[in-house]
Amino acid sequence: MSNVEIGMGQPNAALAEAERRARADRAKKAKRVESLKLNLYRVLLIGGFLLLWEFASGRLIAPFFISAPSAIFRRLYGWIASGDIFFHMGITATEALSGLLLGSVIGIVVGTILGMRPFLARLLDPIITTFYSLPKVALAPLFILWIGIGIDMKITFTAAIVFFLVFLNTYTGVRNVSRELISILYLMGANEMQVLRRVVLPSAITWVFAGLRISVPYSLIGAIVGELMASNKGLGALLVRAQGEFDTAGVFAALVAIMALAVIFNMAVRRLERKLMPWKQAEQDQQAAV
Amino acid sequence: MSIQMSGTKPKAVTGSLISFENVSKTFELADRSVAAVENVSLNIKRGEFVVLVGPSGCGKSTLLNMTAGLFLPTSGRVFYDGTLVTGYNLKTGYMTQNDHLLPWRDVVGNISTPLEIRGMARGERHDRVAHLIELVGLVGFEKSYPSQLSGGMRKRTALARLLAYDPETLLLDEPFAALDAQLRLNMQIELLRISRSLNKTILFVTHDLDEAVALSDRAVVFTARPGRIRQISDTPLPRQRDLAGLRRDPAYTRMTAELWDLIMPTLNETRGEAS
Repeated sequence: MSNVEIGMGQPNAALAEAERRARADRAKKAKRVESLKLNLYRVLLIGGFLLLWEFASGRLIAPFFISAPSAIFRRLYGWIASGDIFFHMGITATEALSGLLLGSVIGIVVGTILGMRPFLARLLDPIITTFYSLPKVALAPLFILWIGIGIDMKITFTAAIVFFLVFLNTYTGVRNVSRELISILYLMGANEMQVLRRVVLPSAITWVFAGLRISVPYSLIGAIVGELMASNKGLGALLVRAQGEFDTAGVFAALVAIMALAVIFNMAVRRLERKLMPWKQAEQDQQAAV
Repeated sequence: MSIQMSGTKPKAVTGSLISFENVSKTFELADRSVAAVENVSLNIKRGEFVVLVGPSGCGKSTLLNMTAGLFLPTSGRVFYDGTLVTGYNLKTGYMTQNDHLLPWRDVVGNISTPLEIRGMARGERHDRVAHLIELVGLVGFEKSYPSQLSGGMRKRTALARLLAYDPETLLLDEPFAALDAQLRLNMQIELLRISRSLNKTILFVTHDLDEAVALSDRAVVFTARPGRIRQISDTPLPRQRDLAGLRRDPAYTRMTAELWDLIMPTLNETRGEAS
């Protein structure tokens, strides 16, 4: 071997990389076939259930209790045609989303600070634990007294629920950052802000997203419960109104709308997650290829 | 970029750059305390390439950690350039056994990290990183995340990152252990060239006695835990040496054999302790 030079390892490495890619491709194809099959079965399952429901309504169980898919669909269609549903969905979405944003931003900031300052964390621990144990729904009357029954009450209420979930996850994430990685960066001459940006936050973000994913349904709980208590707009109010009119189809239709909102929220969080953590995607692909 | 600087700096060998004075380190575990090193005194001159060898767990890495200031000795003192080491020693760059790359940054991002910290302009940074990637043979993997790299490639990325920030003293803990023979030789040649041309001081931990002799100016042999200095050998090779041809050098063979004879009994000791 005459060519003693850096980089001799490359052809082998390139070959291994090509092989890895081919394996990843195969794995991806198999995955696609499987997900197609899954989706087909899902459609069959849900379709079958709806048919059964439609058949049972009025024959086995009174429509007052279970309404019927066709009636629910007609009600939904009516709301869509009149634009009502978009108005109410928009209100609920605004409340849930604003509360989610507000609560998680405060949660991330406080979680990061306490994570970086163990003394402060120990100091505040009993207070935080006490408030965490308090059922947040019990705070709603207080918020109503303070800020009334408008949209800002639902936002505050939602934020209070979301805050704890995101805060606790962020705190745990920051506490779990590898000490060695931090040391290595300090040895490079980094200051605290640089360590925060390059090590602590990227490392904690996995935890933050775990908190955000749990928070999505809770943010909707916050908004809807707030609306159930005191409101005349939003999906929760729609729900209450339908119930008051003994309109079972309307109740179900409102529930469908809430579910749709939850699905959209979840998808948004997952998309954000993929965008902010490209290395996670790489890790997943890697695992699929092995 | 400083690695490309030509010529050699004047060797100002005034006293020692790193000195350990009766250094002992004991780790307190939940149920017992473990003495990692005991009563180590060692002086390392500026520009010297010192290799630490000895059985696993004899506290070689502990000495590197104390040089970097990651923790303090239980007793004794560590000096760097005349000052007591009491915190992060920014004159040192550390490459640990574990490569400690940032999982959320690709190869380029990882190598750039120290340059960003220093505030180097984007253009200059880009050129320097490209050069380093070529140097360690990672062309084509610039956009790969650590999880997508093999163990050897991760080590090379970590080495490139270390060279990128170009510290005065390199603390290397088995940096080449995961590399194949060919690449290891290339990296050794490169490291030796850098250490000579830039007058770097290097503390190098390895289990590989051939590597120890091939690279070192001095080899420090440790006993099994608690690590004590058993012998310090001057390597009988010229500073400018041809690593590829060492196998045929009788002085090299002799010293390697000597280290083997010294280490073998302690190896058996540790094995007996482990089982």
